[in-house]
Amino acid sequence: MKMRTITTTGVALALALLMMQSPVRARSQFAPPPAAITIPKTQLMQPKELNALLSATGNARPLILQVGSRVMFDQAHIPNAEYAGPGSRDEGLNLLRDRVKPVEKAAFIVLYCGCCPWSRCPNVGAAYKMLHEAGFTNLKVLYIDQNFGSDWVNKGYPVAR
Amino acid sequence: MIAALLLTAVLLVSSQASVAQSLVNRKAPHFVRQDLDGQSIDTAQLNGKVVLLNFWATWCAPCQIEMPMFTRWQKQYGPRGLVVIGISMDDDPRPVREAVKVRRIDYPVAMGDAALGKRYGGVLGLPLTFLIDRNGIVRSEFQGETDLGKIEASLRTLLADH
Repeated sequence: MKMRTITTTGVALALALLMMQSPVRARSQFAPPPAAITIPKTQLMQPKELNALLSATGNARPLILQVGSRVMFDQAHIPNAEYAGPGSRDEGLNLLRDRVKPVEKAAFIVLYCGCCPWSRCPNVGAAYKMLHEAGFTNLKVLYIDQNFGSDWVNKGYPVAR
Repeated sequence: MIAALLLTAVLLVSSQASVAQSLVNRKAPHFVRQDLDGQSIDTAQLNGKVVLLNFWATWCAPCQIEMPMFTRWQKQYGPRGLVVIGISMDDDPRPVREAVKVRRIDYPVAMGDAALGKRYGGVLGLPLTFLIDRNGIVRSEFQGETDLGKIEASLRTLLADH
């Protein structure tokens, strides 16, 4: 009985410590969103590449969706991009799902975030996964190494506010 | 027609101008905000203090690593004039309240927005931390994951200067 009490207490303590250490998430603290690094490299697009695409006339423009922070979107975003996030929260994924409902599955879509370093981004992985699983076949994700400020704005690429 | 072309050119140029502008060696923009407890934060009342102003968000993993250290510094350096202020760039205060409680953050935290972000040069990536000297001048800016030792060293230099 004493052993059982110790074990139960130990498990409860471990759970409590785990909850204190893990980042606060919208969903269960034991189910973090897919990391950005889970996105296949073949689906990544470099900022220079997207800028060239947007600058050239005659190219079909992709549907550009920012799936990160609304506050950051409002400060600066890629021209003609729409806000459809955050990918790390259920309400953000719902917004994204609703936005792409009328969009053809073969449409050219580019997702981006830029909230923080790529390996730490909690938004693009989940957004990509959802659209990929929904059957979108021409889906790219803008690779932002550090953040939108450093990797897009400060490179002199076009910005809308 | 020419006027329309000129206007387009002006708009294109302005849209290509850098939004993220450094504030180092410039006066820190003044703001007044209510923190999560309803207490007023007025930066005009912080002259004579060294301020660590940290922009963060609950979804920013590097931010979660830094903030307990900021709490520790507030306690350790508070008697020497340090004031730590957190500005959350979340869209919703609910997860912020939870995070502050879970992380036991005991310095003032207020909600930020795009307007405040723009005044601080454009908060286009997190975390973003400013060190402001006792005269209200921004002396350092730390963007992204940063060696906390560097921030502390800069902080101690500012604290020693009075």
